[in-house]
Amino acid sequence: MIRLRDISVGYDDRLVLDGVDLDIAEGELVLVSGPTGVGKSTLLGVVTGLVPRFSGGVLHGDVLLDGVSIVRTPPRERAHAIGYVGQDPARGFVTDTVEEELAYGMEQLGLAPATMRRRVEETLDLLGIADLRQRDLRTLSGGQQQRVAIGSVLTTHPRLLVLDEPTSALDPTAAEDVLATLTRLVHDLGLSVLLAEHRLERVVPFADTMCLLTGDGRVRVGEPADLLVDSPVVPPIVELGRAAGWKPLPLNVRDARRRVRGLPDGWGDRVLADLADRPVPADAVAVLEASDVTVAHGTLVALREVDLALTAGRVTALMGRNGAGKSTLLWTLQGTRARRAGRLRADGVDPAGLAPGVRRQHVGLLPQNAADLLYLETVAAECAAGDGGTGACRRLLDRLVPGIPDDAHPRDLSEGQRLALALALVLVAEPPVVLLDEPTRGLDYAAKHALAATLRDLAARGHAVLVATHDVEFVAQCADDVVVLAEGEVVSTGPVRRVVAESPAFAPQVTKVLGAPWLRVEEVLTAWESA
Amino acid sequence: MSALLAAEPRLRRDLHPAAWWAWAIGLATAASFTTNPYSLLLLLGASGLVVAARRGDQPWAASYRLYLWLGLFIVLTRVIFRLLLGGAYPGTVILDLPSIPLPDAAAGIVLLGPVTREALLAGLYDGLRLATIVVCIGAANALGNPKRLLRSVPPALYEIGTALVVAVTVFPQFAESVRRVRAAQTLRAGSERRLGRTRRFLVPVLEDALDHSLALAAGMDTRGYGRSGDRTPSERRRTGTLMIAGLLGICVGVYATLDATAPRVLAAPMWILGVLLAIAGLISAGRSVNVTRYRPDPWRTAETVALLGGLGAAVLAWWVSRHQITIAYPDPAATPTVSVAVLAGTALAVLGGLLAPAPEVRS
Repeated sequence: MIRLRDISVGYDDRLVLDGVDLDIAEGELVLVSGPTGVGKSTLLGVVTGLVPRFSGGVLHGDVLLDGVSIVRTPPRERAHAIGYVGQDPARGFVTDTVEEELAYGMEQLGLAPATMRRRVEETLDLLGIADLRQRDLRTLSGGQQQRVAIGSVLTTHPRLLVLDEPTSALDPTAAEDVLATLTRLVHDLGLSVLLAEHRLERVVPFADTMCLLTGDGRVRVGEPADLLVDSPVVPPIVELGRAAGWKPLPLNVRDARRRVRGLPDGWGDRVLADLADRPVPADAVAVLEASDVTVAHGTLVALREVDLALTAGRVTALMGRNGAGKSTLLWTLQGTRARRAGRLRADGVDPAGLAPGVRRQHVGLLPQNAADLLYLETVAAECAAGDGGTGACRRLLDRLVPGIPDDAHPRDLSEGQRLALALALVLVAEPPVVLLDEPTRGLDYAAKHALAATLRDLAARGHAVLVATHDVEFVAQCADDVVVLAEGEVVSTGPVRRVVAESPAFAPQVTKVLGAPWLRVEEVLTAWESA
Repeated sequence: MSALLAAEPRLRRDLHPAAWWAWAIGLATAASFTTNPYSLLLLLGASGLVVAARRGDQPWAASYRLYLWLGLFIVLTRVIFRLLLGGAYPGTVILDLPSIPLPDAAAGIVLLGPVTREALLAGLYDGLRLATIVVCIGAANALGNPKRLLRSVPPALYEIGTALVVAVTVFPQFAESVRRVRAAQTLRAGSERRLGRTRRFLVPVLEDALDHSLALAAGMDTRGYGRSGDRTPSERRRTGTLMIAGLLGICVGVYATLDATAPRVLAAPMWILGVLLAIAGLISAGRSVNVTRYRPDPWRTAETVALLGGLGAAVLAWWVSRHQITIAYPDPAATPTVSVAVLAGTALAVLGGLLAPAPEVRS
């Protein structure tokens, strides 16, 4: 249906895409993957027409829709055939209620009022959002916003839906909901879907075709099972499959479980005994202690009687669905957010009573949007402003992510580098407690490994670390303990293996395949080597 | 009209926002034609009654209370200023304060001084008039969703309407971004000098606003905003010419009307011609906009009734200000009175509002 022919896109003298060919057939789900910064968004933009109009750069090649060239057609003239949902759906909303947002695209196409009415009702049912029809878009949760955004492009009956990281901001359950919705659309309506995603473990089972960007501007297109054999980015299940030499590679938990049954009995016994959680040292003192912390917006309770203790040398993961109060808890522990009731002691003081300058020496917080911290033109200037010219910040940055040039603009850095710069600015005050709000957003596997190593290193240096995240694989890699929040209350807390065994929604793929207490791919690999 | 008076219970329905705005502007106009405190209080009561009976449960409906506080603030300010700068207003002195003459630089202004009952009442009446106008606009805001009003502009003004809706929608997000950046900047060390502090705060907020605008523009573009439809270049040229000629005509006409020395032929005839040309341009532009409306608000009898209620109140108040001057602008020394015309105007305002159907229940 859509054909990309010999597409090249270059910014200045750097070619991001070089001679790309891609065919998207009717009713096909195509997954675009690859490390960060290889041009996934650019490829999507070429299809929607946003590149080069909204991004700059030079585009060569041709895009054919049913054999007709549309490469010079602006996005608005493609709207009837190609629908696009951006990375942050809330930013693309034009109206303020769900129903009006669903109708907006149709109004632009000039559809008859009766048709619009019918399609809005159909779409509300199709996506299961009929009860939200009158709601203000800004009061919806992330998963609901994502479904409304998908619905708002579906109403124009496009033939291809283009999605840029549709699940990156969602908790595991909401992400599965959105992906299940997409699969249903592909199966029932014959819609084609082109989507870019970092977290392959979520999407690979649903994909018909995979388009792997290799980093030199080329793409490799094929069946996911074939491409993942030597792809630089793979989900944990494929790492297992590769190590075990399973062919074809299992792509979902069910297939992998069937393969595991073929393993010899007692393959993991020798390692299993050592698989225990890092115990809390007997002499450990809590660096941060919160008890009965209650926070409210007016009469609406955001946190209710939360108890939490963080010890030096341990990484705690804070999980829970979107809107469960994770950010509120972090800002309350940091002291900026006023609490209604409860006691808080961090590093021997109550941070709520301190001036901001003193507060950050006790509790450091990396906010959700790390770019909010940055305001200068070069990395060197940011570092100098952060440490007053002592060079401490630059040394920290080199320890976190070596090799960032001094004269680079913070906005030109990759997501992982920018995160490291912001983290260095927070750590320069040497706070014993470090809080991080959703640092894994937009990071690829390599960057997440690096971040996990950074957090372990911080813990080893005696910091107490609390990291809010949706990413269960990341939690499996780096956390000692897990705290699960729901509706502002702690519903589950304890060492990571126990919590994960208790709540399947938060289980990483390795646990799903092999059962508790297996958590990390490396553990399984050691077991296989020793068996 | 028979439907309005039928015995069956009325069906709930949201009135067209333009009808509420027209009704409220009628009341505000009526308020501007009088300083009679009884007339003004009657109008305030009419607006309050209708808001209480006909507002919905959406967030903007709660804003009426804010306007009432604003009104009270306006009245108090006027009265306090009368106290401070009352000067020598003739009448019964009720509080003899010493006067404080200001130095030569502000010659002629005297602070405090004897406070007369008439001065206070004049301040009160004046403040009440402004407060009533403000509260009436607040009533419009509480009854008709301002965003839906912008959305129901004629097709020719569609683009302007969209721009305004986006501006109104984006503003709360801008405030949110300001709050977020301010909190984030306390988490790191940085310049503490005034210029540096401003920069720490402005750069991330502006970057965020720019990113946001680009994302919104991309979102609108991919969803078909601004599709050219089947408009031909010659149509576009004709529309443009009509609009510009119309605007020129209006400008020349208004100038000639205000400047008595200009030839008369350039005055009224010119601006009438200008208005006609502009209307023709709007119609031509409207025809080429290829956008349809999802569930447009209908305009039915109840809308016309509300419009007429507001209009009636305004016309009667204008008539009173012309023919019953002592009732419209009472002397602060005398007790104000009201006439049948004033009462009739208020009754029209209340009727126009209460004959509207009750709003839909949501949530």
